[in-house]
Amino acid sequence: MKIGTYEIYSLTSAILFAIGLGGVFLAKHFLRKIIATIIMGAGVFLCFVSFAKRDALTFADPIPHALVITGIVVAVTAAAFALSLARRIHKLTGEDTFGNEK
Amino acid sequence: MKEFPTSALPALLVGLPMLLATMSLFFRVKGRALLGVLGSFLVGSLAFFAFIEVAKYGTIIHILGGWEPPLGILLRIDPLAAVFIGLTAIIGIFISLYSWWYFRARIASIGRFPLFWPLWFFLWAGLNGLFLSNDLFNLYVTIEVITICAVALAVLSGEAKALKAGLRYLLAAIIGSMAYLFGVALIYGSTGTLDLNLLGEVLKPGNTKTFALIVITLGLLIKKAAFPFHFWLPPAHSAALAPVSALLSALVVKGAFYMMLRLWTEVFEVSLTFAAGQLIGITGAAAVLWGSWQALLQTNFKLLVAHSSVAQMGYLLMMFPLLIMAPGQDADSAEWLAPAWTAGIFQVMAHAFAKASLFLSAGIVVMALGHDRIESLRDLVAWMPMTAMAIGIAGVSLIGLPPSGGFLAKWMLLKGVFLSGQWWWAPAILAGSLLTAGYVFMLLRLAFAPARVKDPFRPVPKILQVCALLLALGSFLIVIPAENLIQFLEGSKSFGSGIESIMKGGGYGNE
Repeated sequence: MKIGTYEIYSLTSAILFAIGLGGVFLAKHFLRKIIATIIMGAGVFLCFVSFAKRDALTFADPIPHALVITGIVVAVTAAAFALSLARRIHKLTGEDTFGNEK
Repeated sequence: MKEFPTSALPALLVGLPMLLATMSLFFRVKGRALLGVLGSFLVGSLAFFAFIEVAKYGTIIHILGGWEPPLGILLRIDPLAAVFIGLTAIIGIFISLYSWWYFRARIASIGRFPLFWPLWFFLWAGLNGLFLSNDLFNLYVTIEVITICAVALAVLSGEAKALKAGLRYLLAAIIGSMAYLFGVALIYGSTGTLDLNLLGEVLKPGNTKTFALIVITLGLLIKKAAFPFHFWLPPAHSAALAPVSALLSALVVKGAFYMMLRLWTEVFEVSLTFAAGQLIGITGAAAVLWGSWQALLQTNFKLLVAHSSVAQMGYLLMMFPLLIMAPGQDADSAEWLAPAWTAGIFQVMAHAFAKASLFLSAGIVVMALGHDRIESLRDLVAWMPMTAMAIGIAGVSLIGLPPSGGFLAKWMLLKGVFLSGQWWWAPAILAGSLLTAGYVFMLLRLAFAPARVKDPFRPVPKILQVCALLLALGSFLIVIPAENLIQFLEGSKSFGSGIESIMKGGGYGNE
């Protein structure tokens, strides 16, 4: 397989996704878990954008960009919500991990 | 899609709850609750009207802004979507009525949770949007709307326990939706379209599609709390306020199931193998056994009901192995498809009614006792006969005793299992029913036992008990129009269709 720009992007996106997925499960601290989900998101969005320039097309496909913009908005909202939850938990109990429970 | 009649109905079904949610933000607490109850009747009657229209004309579509797919977004309401929208409307009206009285009654102790109403209507808009969507990305957006509203509702009480459960729920849901979106990206990259109908035609089997199918299915399984990924559901559903628990258990988890059903039967037919169906069936069977067993061990009413949700959702997954033809079988001659589909749809409806009723009853018990420990249910029958009856009736439907909706679902599932020759699912179905009977009778035994303390229960508004009882009765009443409902559903493209295994074509490999 020839390694071109497209392959590099795709591989990077898969690696980012895997790093994020691992991080959510392995990290203990709320902040780390939330950042891991953001990294997962970055992988997915990179994957989407890299598909905009496919071999068959001579121009960049605009639809993935529109989708990624929407996806980013949703991801930012979810991350902000998660952060505010984590902050409230810290304020109420002083804890910043889920503790012993899974 | 040209031949279908267009109408503004699908757009209204999403737009009206969204408008109501936004409007309710401008009202004070009292006006907001009133708007909420009136609004629920408004959206409910719109859903009813849509149901009638679909029964009359068949599938109705709406092309948003006049932009035709694949560039524009198309909303379509076919019989399958109409049934889910109708179910959401009926359950939604009862829960709205209950919430009105519930928040009024609790004003002195905790508060009235004014954010409940806007969040619930945004959630309703999201659910209707999900049932109406016809492309992969729209499904992603609607399921995110549902998730964020559901988590916000789950943490409404503001207690540390609920917040923690909510954060875990949110993280699990984000992983689920990211996995789903990854699959969507792969599919878009290889086909250049997101429209479900077009995808069903152009998708060819290949490694990319198989991988996309796997990540999408995994994402949806996390969202619907299937067996190994159910860890977030019991704490989140049990720590929420009673009407919220009812919404989450009765409606929200069904959203992910609906998506999976649509995608598997309409889009991914070509990438599925017999083994994939068996694997999903195994997770379903494991959820039935594990969830029921855990429910039996609980000492708190709400946790028991939440674990029972994990189990009952497992029954839904057992429908998938029946839809996929084993090598050598032909979908046209498979007479177990209709029972399998009937089982799935009736399990969705029976569980929605019964579980909403149980969680609302749990809310009544918490209100009367101040806590939900099961051993305090003693003498419930004498003090709150209506609630005891609601728990009993809903429980009977969960067990699957005739003539409840749960019975119809489980009977049809057993019929499908034996007709298709996949008899190995039967022990799990029967054992699940037996375990369910165990925890339901454990509740009822205590309800009939004599009380140990004087005046164990504080008085609770009658109307709350009536709502719970009517929902429980609903899980029985759905059996009466069963025949007509199945006939109605047969107008849906996917209903009753099977999935042919790709093995016979031998078309593996990347195009």
